[in-house]
Amino acid sequence: MLLSETTTSGFFNLVPWIIFFPVIGLLINLLIGKRLGERGIGTIASLASASAFVVSVLLAVSINGHHEAVVVQFADWINIGDLQIPWAFRVDTLSVTMMLVVSGVGTLIHIYAAGYMHYDVRYKGDPKSYRRFFIYLNLFIAAMMILISGDNYLMLFVGWEGVGLCSFLLIGFWFTKNTDGTEGTENALAAKKAFVVNRVGDFGFLMAMFLTFWAFGSLQFDAVFAQVDQVQEDVIIAITLFMLLGVAGKSAQIPLYVWLPDAMAGPTPVSALIHAATMVTAGVYLITRSFPLFSAAPEAQQIVALVGGATALFSATIAAAQFDIKKVLAYSTVSQLGFMVAAVGMGAYVAGMFHLVTHAFFKALLFLGSGSVILAVERGHHPLDNGHEDDQHGEEHHEPFDPQDMRNMGGLREKIPLTFWTYLMGVLALSGIPIWAGFFSKDEILTDALHENPTVYWLLVSAAFLTAFYMGRQVWLIFFGKARTHAAEKAVESPSSMTIPLIILAGLSVLGGLLNFPGVHTFTTWLEGTLGHDFAHATEFNFTVAGLSTFLAFTALFISWLLYGRNPIEVDQKDPLRRILGPVFSWMNNKWYVDELYAMIVIRPYQRLARFLAETVDWRFWHDWIHDSVIANGFRSLTRFLADPVDLGVIDGIANGLADFVQGSAARLRVIQTGYVRNYALSVLLGVVVILGYLITR
Amino acid sequence: MVPVSYYVALSAILFSIGTLGVLIRRNAIVIFMSVELMLNSANLLFVAFSRLYDLEGQIFVFFVMTVAAAEVAVGLAMIVAVFRNKRSIDIDQISSMKG
Repeated sequence: MLLSETTTSGFFNLVPWIIFFPVIGLLINLLIGKRLGERGIGTIASLASASAFVVSVLLAVSINGHHEAVVVQFADWINIGDLQIPWAFRVDTLSVTMMLVVSGVGTLIHIYAAGYMHYDVRYKGDPKSYRRFFIYLNLFIAAMMILISGDNYLMLFVGWEGVGLCSFLLIGFWFTKNTDGTEGTENALAAKKAFVVNRVGDFGFLMAMFLTFWAFGSLQFDAVFAQVDQVQEDVIIAITLFMLLGVAGKSAQIPLYVWLPDAMAGPTPVSALIHAATMVTAGVYLITRSFPLFSAAPEAQQIVALVGGATALFSATIAAAQFDIKKVLAYSTVSQLGFMVAAVGMGAYVAGMFHLVTHAFFKALLFLGSGSVILAVERGHHPLDNGHEDDQHGEEHHEPFDPQDMRNMGGLREKIPLTFWTYLMGVLALSGIPIWAGFFSKDEILTDALHENPTVYWLLVSAAFLTAFYMGRQVWLIFFGKARTHAAEKAVESPSSMTIPLIILAGLSVLGGLLNFPGVHTFTTWLEGTLGHDFAHATEFNFTVAGLSTFLAFTALFISWLLYGRNPIEVDQKDPLRRILGPVFSWMNNKWYVDELYAMIVIRPYQRLARFLAETVDWRFWHDWIHDSVIANGFRSLTRFLADPVDLGVIDGIANGLADFVQGSAARLRVIQTGYVRNYALSVLLGVVVILGYLITR
Repeated sequence: MVPVSYYVALSAILFSIGTLGVLIRRNAIVIFMSVELMLNSANLLFVAFSRLYDLEGQIFVFFVMTVAAAEVAVGLAMIVAVFRNKRSIDIDQISSMKG
């Protein structure tokens, strides 16, 4: 036992390297990346991420069996009075789970991106950006590691902001382009939107932190959680609700989910890594991390669960009517995040984290698969290979073509079989078909929901039904039927650097359910190390729940086959769903006009206020009136007063008067100085006579 | 015995004549002589008063005469030097150093 203690403690000290490895990778690429070439850059970045994964695995081995978190103190950070915040790493089963997901899925996505970006930078006409992409990607891994390994809320917040920054940088990666590849600002606007919406969430998180420090006197997890009993419940409710606002921002929940679909402007590996698998789950992680707070505030839990459930259903309806392949997945991500938030809101932390992990597998798979599809269609649209591309590229660019529009696809099953089969694995996992990973994790959430909160249960069940439907719709539209465009007909399978990660992720999507297989509950036991026995209860497998959701999933897939599979839609044919739903479809297609609603009630009044402040208050009042009239003119007249009467009049008068006086008296006194000794002698004589006369007559 | 007041009066007269001479004459030698006259009027007072008290006054007179002799020697030498340059001993002429 003693020996194992020493060896494991050695591994724990490796924990800073989960941050250092990505940072080293990005520094290498930053400094000498230009000379390395694309292959070198991709290798360095992937190796950096893979090294972090290796460290995570070592940590997982070390923490296995530990029932207490290991805190590795790395350096002092902030020491101000009562506020003492070290840079400490917290290694427990929860953070190690996140580390494994982030670095594991992250590594696969790095490898995939090495192949994907090779084409993407050429289609976008800027091959030099290849290096920049991997620098950002490594930076993201580092920031995410800071987020999940921090031992206090402030470290977590540093990572939280770091991933937000990387998200901004990567959404706006092609910041001079529109989403369809033409020159414009759409991508930059999408990045800005993500950043600004996240600021709203960060406000919530910051308020939660301030309140926490005010109420608990500390930001350290252990210190805060130890005092939960001594703090009023109202305060904890306030903290958790503010935290929920932060979660809604980062994890894209109602009402702040609007940025995530727009974030699809980033390159597809980014969507997979940041906006599906890792960063957006930070909110779920935060709630799970703060489980003692949430468990102490049942009212807040109710709200969290309802927000999650509502988000799950709401965004699922939107996803069902999208045509952009990535938009469908984006709303699906929002929906699945809703599942997770609902789960952790109900106190089903294990189920939430379980779904987080499996979702990371299959949603990363789906996004990477969609990237492969998009790339295949794009390569079919204007074939470019090995250097001759640029001249062709210029000609083809004139006709507008959206390689992400599913209406431009069809029949890709035979063209890109590997992508098709792996994609299908992801679809089945997401739809919740038994034995695929998503089935187990989703069912665990549903079972817990049935016990805890029936409203949420029904919200989630409906969402799960829609999930299966829109995924089925996607598969029929993309892979079946006949090719609807020339590009889809000429689609080319992606290189092996892209398909190998797809295959690995497909394997994980199939087998991920084994992590917490009903009856065995490996994952539950694992998380018990962090959550304690009370909060990590093993959910019994409920055949009614599982049966119902399986039945619904198959029904949904069947309906999608009826609509899209039996009679594949033709070119320019209207969506069959539109016939059934009529105007409702337009509403769903236009995202229930939520963006427009926000524009009306928030953005435009805000802009009007900003314009009022800028033009009237700042420009006319402050600039024109206060600055120009009051301060500038006042100062000018004061200086004129000081210059003319005071300086020229008084000061110069004194100086000149003194000079004139000296000059005048000198002119008069000069006469006395004759130069004749006898004159002076006479005056000496007269002086002596006067003095003597005075002395005598005194 | 002649009263002291007579000597004092004589001395005052001599001193005034000397002073006037210094102030109004231009001839350097005459001015010198006037200075001597003033010195000697003082000597006369010294001697007169020493009769009333003790001999210190008379000793002082010797000093004055010695200094006066030295002064005359230096002064006459200067006057001779000036005369060689200027062919005149009019002191108003000796103003070449005046600014």
